[in-house]
Amino acid sequence: MGDDTKSNTKLLDELEKGPWPSFVTEMKKAAETNPMAKDLLGQLELSYEERIGHWKHGGIVGVMGYGGGVIGRYSDVPEKFPNVAHFHTLRINHPSGWFYTSEALRKLCDIWERHGSGLTNMHGSTGDIIFLGTKTNELEPVFQELTQAGFDLGGSGSVLRTPSCCVGQARCEWACYDTMATCDSLTRAYQDEIHRPAFPYKFKIKCSGCANDCVAAIARADLSVIGTWKDDIQQDDAAVSEYAAAGLDIQKDVCDHCPTKCMQWDGKKLAINNRECVRCMHCINVMPKALKPGKEKGATLLIGAKAPIMQGALLSSVLIPFVPAAELLDTIKELVSRIWDFWSEYGNNRERVGELIQRIGMPAFLDAIGLDPVPEMVTAPRDNPYIFFQTKEDGQETK
Amino acid sequence: MAVPLETLVEEIYKMVVDLQGKKNVRAMSLTKAMIDKYGAGEVNKEDCKHAIRQLIDSGRCVYGYYGGESFITIPRKEEAASG
Ligand code: SF4
Ligand code: SF4
Repeated sequence: MGDDTKSNTKLLDELEKGPWPSFVTEMKKAAETNPMAKDLLGQLELSYEERIGHWKHGGIVGVMGYGGGVIGRYSDVPEKFPNVAHFHTLRINHPSGWFYTSEALRKLCDIWERHGSGLTNMHGSTGDIIFLGTKTNELEPVFQELTQAGFDLGGSGSVLRTPSCCVGQARCEWACYDTMATCDSLTRAYQDEIHRPAFPYKFKIKCSGCANDCVAAIARADLSVIGTWKDDIQQDDAAVSEYAAAGLDIQKDVCDHCPTKCMQWDGKKLAINNRECVRCMHCINVMPKALKPGKEKGATLLIGAKAPIMQGALLSSVLIPFVPAAELLDTIKELVSRIWDFWSEYGNNRERVGELIQRIGMPAFLDAIGLDPVPEMVTAPRDNPYIFFQTKEDGQETK
Repeated sequence: MAVPLETLVEEIYKMVVDLQGKKNVRAMSLTKAMIDKYGAGEVNKEDCKHAIRQLIDSGRCVYGYYGGESFITIPRKEEAASG
C-alpha cells in the first residue's frame, strides 16, 4: 500500500501510536499484497468517520451440509469498497488446549492467503481460529483445503459451539483431570450438534482443570467442567517453612485471603481445616511448592453461564459437586443429553439454558433432568435462611 | 417408524417452502409440527432429524443464520439475512 492509503486513514492511524502492537499496522501490512485488506481499511476508516458500522451480517452462506462455521458478512457500501462486498468469517475448530506445530500454523496461513484476506484472529472468544473475510465462491475451496490439512469448521449459530479447554495435564501440574482428552472426546462425539443447528440457541462447554479456570468457564459456558479434588490438600510442611523463611507473610498473603478462613498459621505450622476448604486454589497459587490439590481428583459440573447479550450476565450454578475423573466423560454425556432434550423442547428462541433456568426456576429444571438438589448448589449456605445447620457432637457443623 | 422417511422429508420440505419469507423456522419447530401432525407414537425426534439431514445433504434446504440464531430455509439468491 502506498502513501495514498496512509493519508486516507487519518483516524485509524491514531491507533498505531504508542508502544503497543496495533491491528491497524498489521492490516496495513496485509493491504500491501491483498486488495481485501486494503478495502477493509478504507471501510473501517469510513465507519470511524461516520460513527456507524457498515456491515450486514447473517444470511444463507455456508458449506454443503454444515449449518455452522461460516458467518455471512456483507458491506453496505460495496460500490465504494468492492473487494469487501462479501467478507465472510470462518470459524475453524482449534485443537484442544491450542497446541499447534509451526508447520500446522504455516499451513493454515497459506490456505487463508490463497482463499481470503489473509487476516486472522487467533483466537475468537469461543476459542476457534477465526479467518476474517472471504467471498462466497471461496467457501467450498477453503473448506476442502482445511479438511485435507486435518482441520474442520467450528460452531456458530444455534449449535454446540466448539468445546474448549485449558492446557490441563499437558503443561499444568494443577489439572485435576485430563481437560484436553475430555474436550477432544466431546468434540468428536458431538459432530452433529456442532454442525447441524437444532438447539434454541448456542450451547458452550468449557473445561478447566482447576478452579483457577483459565478458560473462564464459570463466566461463559452453558456447561462448565471445573477440576477439583475431594480429599485433603497435599501439604509439605518443610516447604511451607521455606516460604516463611524467604519472607512470605503467610498470615497476610495466604490465611487472610482464604475465602472460608479455614487456615491457621501460628508462625511455625500451617493448619488447614479441609472440611471447610472450598477448593478455591488461592493458597496453592501462592505456595505452589508447599501445597498441591488432593489425590482424589475429578471435576465439578456447573450450568448456565452466559455473557450479557439478550439479558444480563450469568455465572454458572453447581449441578454435580464432584464427579471422579474416571467417570467424567460418561457423566457429562448423560447429563447433556438430558439437558439438551429438555432445553430443545421448552427453550424459547434465542434463550440460553441459564435463562431457561431463571424463567422456570432451578427446582423445576432439576426435576426435569432428574437430579436431586444437594447443599453444594446453594451459593452461600450460611447466609441462606432456608438451609438449617445443626451442631454434631464432634463440634462440626453439618446440614 | 410408522410414517415413512420419504413422507416426512416431503412434509418438512413443504413446511419450509410455505414459511419461506414469513418466518425463520428452526429444526425443533419442524420436529414439533411433525409430531403434532402424526402423533408421538408415529414419528419421533430421531425420525425428523434424519429427514432434515436428508434435506440439507441433498441441497434442497440450507441453513440460514441471523443474530446468532440458525434456521432452515430453501436455497435462494445470496443476501444478508434480515431479523
Ligand atoms: S485452569 Fe487450572 S489446570 Fe487449567 S491451566 Fe489453569 S491453572 Fe492449570
Ligand atoms: S484452597 Fe482456598 S478455601 Fe481451600 S484452604 Fe486454600 S485458600 Fe482456603
